[in-house]
This record gives sequence, structure tokens and C-alpha cells, in this order.
Amino acid sequence: MTGPLISVTGVSVSFGDAVALDDFSLDVPQGSLVALVGPSGCGKTTALRVIAGFEHPDSGTVAIRDTIVVGAGKDIPPEKRNVGMVFQEYALFPHVSVAENVGYGVRGADRVQRVHDVLKLVGLEDHGSRFPHELSGGEQQRVALARALAPAPDVVLLDEPFSNLDAPQRERMRRELRRILRGAGATAVFVTHDQAEALAIADVIAIMSDGRIVQSGIPDDVYAQPINPWVARFLGDAILLPGVVENGSVATVLGPITTSLPAGSHAEVMIRPEWIAPRVSDDGAGCITDREFYGHDQLVEIELAGGERIEALVPTANRILIGDRVDVEVVDSIVYETASGLH
Amino acid sequence: MNGRDPVIEVHVVAGTPAASPGRVKESRRRPPWWLWAAALAVLVPVALPVLFLFGRAAGATDAAWATLFSFRTLRLAGRSFLLTGVVTFSAIVIGVGGAWVLARTDIAFKRIWGVAFALPLVIPSYVVALAFISGTGPRGVFADITGLEIPHLIGLPGAWLALTITTYPYVYLITAAAIRKVDPSLEEAARGLGASPGRVFWTVVLPQLRPAIGAGALLAALYTLSDFGAVSLMRFDAFTRVIYAQYSGRLDRTPAIVLSIVLIMIAGVFIWGEQRTRGKGTYFSRSTSRPPSIYRLTPPQRTTAILSLTTVTAIGIFVPVSVLSIWVVRGLAAGTNIAVSWRAVMGSLTAGTFAAGLAMAAAIPITVLTVRFASRSTHWLERVVFTIFSLPHITIAIAVVAFTIRYARPVYQSILVLALVYAAMFLAQATSSAKASLLQVNPALEDASRSLGHGPIMTYVKVTLPLISRGLLAGGALVFVTTIKELPATLLLSPPGFTTLAVRIWSAADELLYARAATSSLLLIAVSVVPVYYLSIRSKDVVEV
Repeated sequence: MTGPLISVTGVSVSFGDAVALDDFSLDVPQGSLVALVGPSGCGKTTALRVIAGFEHPDSGTVAIRDTIVVGAGKDIPPEKRNVGMVFQEYALFPHVSVAENVGYGVRGADRVQRVHDVLKLVGLEDHGSRFPHELSGGEQQRVALARALAPAPDVVLLDEPFSNLDAPQRERMRRELRRILRGAGATAVFVTHDQAEALAIADVIAIMSDGRIVQSGIPDDVYAQPINPWVARFLGDAILLPGVVENGSVATVLGPITTSLPAGSHAEVMIRPEWIAPRVSDDGAGCITDREFYGHDQLVEIELAGGERIEALVPTANRILIGDRVDVEVVDSIVYETASGLH
Repeated sequence: MNGRDPVIEVHVVAGTPAASPGRVKESRRRPPWWLWAAALAVLVPVALPVLFLFGRAAGATDAAWATLFSFRTLRLAGRSFLLTGVVTFSAIVIGVGGAWVLARTDIAFKRIWGVAFALPLVIPSYVVALAFISGTGPRGVFADITGLEIPHLIGLPGAWLALTITTYPYVYLITAAAIRKVDPSLEEAARGLGASPGRVFWTVVLPQLRPAIGAGALLAALYTLSDFGAVSLMRFDAFTRVIYAQYSGRLDRTPAIVLSIVLIMIAGVFIWGEQRTRGKGTYFSRSTSRPPSIYRLTPPQRTTAILSLTTVTAIGIFVPVSVLSIWVVRGLAAGTNIAVSWRAVMGSLTAGTFAAGLAMAAAIPITVLTVRFASRSTHWLERVVFTIFSLPHITIAIAVVAFTIRYARPVYQSILVLALVYAAMFLAQATSSAKASLLQVNPALEDASRSLGHGPIMTYVKVTLPLISRGLLAGGALVFVTTIKELPATLLLSPPGFTTLAVRIWSAADELLYARAATSSLLLIAVSVVPVYYLSIRSKDVVEV
């Protein structure tokens, strides 16, 4: 096999008038952890369900290991796709024990051994005889993961895997998930609406909006080089300043920002708060009006000469206090061309 | 006796199938063909003959059509409507009054009263009728005890009393459920604006309960129209009794068929009305969890309330059971042969078990279709199930007899057809309760099973079925109880030599062998108690008995 493990091409799905997926395409490389992230209702869960075989696309194809599983006249049922799924509410069978849940999809002589191994991988080897309702939320999730991994699927699909956990559990499970998936040598796709979660653990992040992927790549690139202001704002804090290009630069409240866009085009300058470097200076043009101290860094609000307020994220090594006057330097920025001055 | 059991009550309260197909939430998934095949396996053999009945009428003789438009038929319809009207009216008065007193006043022992008030639900109409026929008259139990000359209670007054007792619990249960959902702050607002308690009841409480009362009234009316047992024992010539007489007394069955069609059409109007109001009883859901305010009765009011409750429960439960017991004792004392017919007991148990088993088996595919693959067609499937449930049993029986004689002679009056008819007639009880269970099961569980390598059938067997088994069994128990009480279809469709307790009660009562009829009646109640008890302890959420 040379291509990606899973290849989704041009899939469209609609529910009545509502379009859930619109010419959706996605490649999942072998061994990677791919995050599908987007606001609620963008179709990300539908995309997972199409791959798993629970939804049937109106058009397009899905191929697993270069074999088409749906589209082009084929529609292989879910049970024959060798795709594991972890559901949002875990969907553990309430009427059987943890071990029977995990062993549900395993056949063959070494079934007991396999169940034990997988439970051990998720750290629940002592919990086999319990029932799902006797477990905590985090434990239930591990069982769901173990159950999906037990038949050694080509890929594991996880639908909002952390949404039912409280904040501390979520942090722990994120790290656990990576360890477990790596331990199993599994390829995985997970869906989330939480961009921080996606950035934190995914090898590849794919941002969805209105049924299609807007941008995908490794988290570092997508965060630093969002292809449009919407992605920029979706992935993190962003200051967006409109302007018109003149003489190779856009005039903003933070000074001129150079660009290669032709003169006269309407543009929007995107600056992340950490790309702004305020320096304390007695005759600085800006003034610190507010400050939130986080320990590792701090968020400061700067009032500029014209009265505009912007936020900057700066290391705590720089000692800045409310009332300090500062010079503002823009370290990095991205200029987007916009259709008009309005947005 | 038409066994319209608590399922309807729950049904109306839950308002499960939406009244208009336009509101159906469509599923994208298409069900496999075999699911439809399994769903229709029990329904079609019973629905088809009913449709066939109409075809048969088209080829009826002029004489048969003359029957239809004769003065006699008009009088018959008039009598049936009169009975339906008076029974419905009294059922509303008793049901609504009881519901309000037990839900909203400070009367003592509410729980016990509540159970006792709904209890007549478990006694078939013909057993109530039997109790009053055998209790009144010169040789009756009442005359014996009081020494007074008590006239026979038969005809319209008798049918009215027996059917009022059998039907008021439906109005009561539906109304009581609605009262619990009424927002107490509306009444408090009315009181705050200076309205007296009486004015609040008439202007605020009653209008809110109107949909629920309407639903209960339609149910009572439909029951009365369909009832066979009570009217025939009371010798009141309603539609069902005349149809039976026409059927059993003549070689030409066409008049019975024509009259059946008329009855189906009249029932159809009621069923249509009932399905339209179904679910509307819940549109005033309560936003607060505050208990309703309790009205303090004045001493005269309290006396009146207690007297009324006592009278109703005495007539509904105490009198029938006592009269029947006295007849058994009398029979024993006089050395009459009141021997328990074990053949009838076995017949009832066999019929009930077969019917319950078939109904549960058929309920599984129907429930899966209506819950997991909801669409316009599954909505209609549900409507067919409920329509068959609501049709007068005698008309279904006539239809099946006419159909099997002509097209399926080998199975005419076979136990297979009898069990199929029971299962189809009471399928709604099994599907309602199974549906309530399946709605609780997260469809992701089935998806999980599929993605773990199990096909659809294995998934139903290993995941869905175990999770809905409780609801399914509760539905089966309900079908069992209803089947052993069923009378007209049993009379018409029983194989030669096959008998049940219901048939035995009816024929013994018809021959005035009251001691024998009373023994079978008490046995029937005893046999019903086990599953009803199971239902009330195992599935309080599904069935309120």
C-alpha cells in the first residue's frame, strides 16, 4: 500500500434540505492521529459515520487500504469494514460485563488473552468482571477505547472522546489516549469542537466548516499560517485589523504592515497576541490598562495612542504593570486580501 | 368484551404516534426488506380479511342491502348510539370526579382509593354483567339477603351499569395523569384574582383537562360500541349482539357481514377521532415540579366524596366479587356441578401463551422499524396496528371467518388462526410497551455492535433484544391477560372442542347456570392476577394499573 490508509474523496451527504457534508475529502496517513475540528453542526460527526458505514453518502467514495468501501456502486456494511469506533457517550453494552464488552468484537481461540491484553493497555486489567455502570466516566471511556481496539481495526474513529469528562480527567485522558494509540500501533481519527484539544494531541489537524475541510496540516503550520481570518480566529486569539494596501504596506493602528498584495486591494491584517512585543518605555505611545497574570506568561491590554485597545501575550520575564507606558512592536503578522473593505 | 386494556391509557398519556404524518421525523436509513416482511407477517393475515369484507359486501345480494337500509338497522344503530352515549356520559362524570377528588383534595387514604378506583379495569365486562344479572331478580343474591323483591336488571339499564363500571377507569386514569401535569400556578393566579374554588374548577382546571377528558371519553365510547359480552348477557340488542345472532342463527352470512361493515364504519369514525386527539392530552406540560395545591374539603363535601367513592368501588369491585363468591358457595351447598373445567383453564392458558408469544415476536420488527427507521410508512404501520386494536372484535372475527372459509379452508377454525387473530388484535399492547423500552436504548449501542463485526441480525439478538426484553415481556403479559378475557373472536374462531374460561362463563351465564359461570369467573380473575401483578411491580413506568 502506497497511498494513505483512509482516503475520503468528494463525499456529500444531506439530510433533507440540510447539507451535512459538501464535497468532503480527507486523507488519513497510516499510524497518524488526525483531528477533525470545527464548530458544532459543521458535519464532522457525519464524516466519521460515513467512514464507519453508518451514514451513506449521496456521492463520493471512501477507500480503506486502497479498497473502496463505499461509492462507485459499493457499500460494504459497517461490520465488514474493520473500523473501530468510540462513541461520544461510549455506548457500552449495559447488560454485559467489561470483559464481555471488550471481547464483543473478538473472535478466535485467543479471545480471553486478547481481552486481557487490551484491558491491560488501558490500565483496567482488574476491572473485567465489573459492569459498565460501576465505572467512572474516565474508566468507561477506556473500556470503550479498549473495545474498539480489541479486534485490531485498521483505524479507530473517536467521536468527541473527551466531551463527557471533567477538565482534570480530560487533560489526563488526552495524554493517555496518545500513549494507548501508540502502544496499539493504531491509526485514529477523532472529532472535536475544542480546537485546543485538537492542536494539543493531533499529528494532523483538519479544520471543517459547512461540511468541508477548510484547511489541514500539522498543528504548528495551521496555527501559524491559517488560510483565512475565520480559521485564524477559530484556532486561537487573533487581532484582525482592516485596511487598504498602499505602497506595499497596510496602515494599521499598530503601524504599517508590509505585504506583497497589489496597491489598492482591501486587506485584513491578522496578528496573534503573542506576536506583539510591548517594551516598557517612558515615552511609549501605548499604555497598559489591564493585565492577567498566568505564571508562565501574561495577557496585557494596551491602549494605543488613538484610544484603541489590543491584547498582547508576553513572557513574564518582561515585567509589565498596569499604568506602564510601552512601545509596541509587531513581531509577525499575516495579511489577507478581502473582497471589500466590509467584513 | 373487548379487551381495551391499560396500554391505551399509557398510550394516550405518552402520545406516542404523532397524529399527523407531517410531523414524523424521517430517518435517512432504509430498513432491510426482511424487517418489513417480519413486521407484516402477523398483521396482514388479519388486516387482509377486513379489507376483503368490503369486497364481499360489494357482491352482496339485494336482500342483504335491504337489511342495511332497513328500519331495523336504523333502530339498531339508534340503540347502540343511545347506549354509547349514556355510558360515556356516566364514565366521564365518575372518571373525572374521581380523578379530581383523588388528585387534588385532602381526602384520606389516597393511594388505596386510587388503586381500588382503577381496579374494575381487570374485570371483564361480561363478568360484571354476570354479577348483576345473577344478583338481581327473584332468585338473585340481593333478594336473598335483603328479603326484598328486586327486579331483574337487564336490557339498557343493565348494559349501562356494567359498561359504565368497565369504562370509567379509562377516563379516570387518563384524567388523573393529566391533572398531575397541570401547572398549579394558573389556579393560584385565578384564586389571587378573586375566583372561588368552584369558579377556578370550571374556568381554569376543566378547560385544561378537556383534551384528556375527550381522549378518555372517546375510548369509553369505542369500548362500549365494540362490547359484546355485557350487551349479550344483558340481552340488549346492540350491533355486536345482533351480528352474532345473525351469524350463528342463519345459513346466509351476508346480513352479518353487512352489519359488520356498518359497525366497522361507525367504529372507524370513533377511531379516527381518537387518533386525532391522541397525544393532545399532553400539550399543557407543567414547567414546575411543584406539587399541585390541595383543596381542603368542608365536612359535608368530605362526606359526599367518601360516600361517592365508596359507592363506585363497591359496585365496581366489592359487589361483583361477593355475588360471584356467594353463587359458588350456593352451588356447593346445593350440590350443583360446579366442577372446575380444567379443559377451559388449559384452553385459556394455551390461547394466552400462544397469543402473547406471537405478539411479542411480531412486536420486535415493528418496534425496530418505528423507532429506528421512522418514516411515513412506519407511521402508517403503527396506525394499522392501532386501528386493528380498536376495531370491534366481532367484526374482525366475522371477517376472518368469511375469508378463511373461502380462501383458506384448511386453517378455518384452527388454533393457528385463532392465535394469529389474538396476536394481531392485541399487538398494540406489545408494541407500545416494547417501543417505550427501545426509545430508552441508545442507537449508538447498535452501531457499536455493527462496527465490532456483528451483522444486523446478530446485533438485534445480542444487543437490542436483551435491552428491550423487560418492556417486551410486560407487553406480552398484557396481551396474555387481554387474550384470556376475549370473548367474541374466541366464540367464532375456536376450533371444535376448544374452549376457554371466557367462553365457559358466557355459555353458562346464557343457560342461567350462574354457579358454574361464577366459578369460571373467579378462576379467570385469579389467572389474570398473576400477570397483572407482574406488570404492576415490574414496569410501573409502562403500565399504570
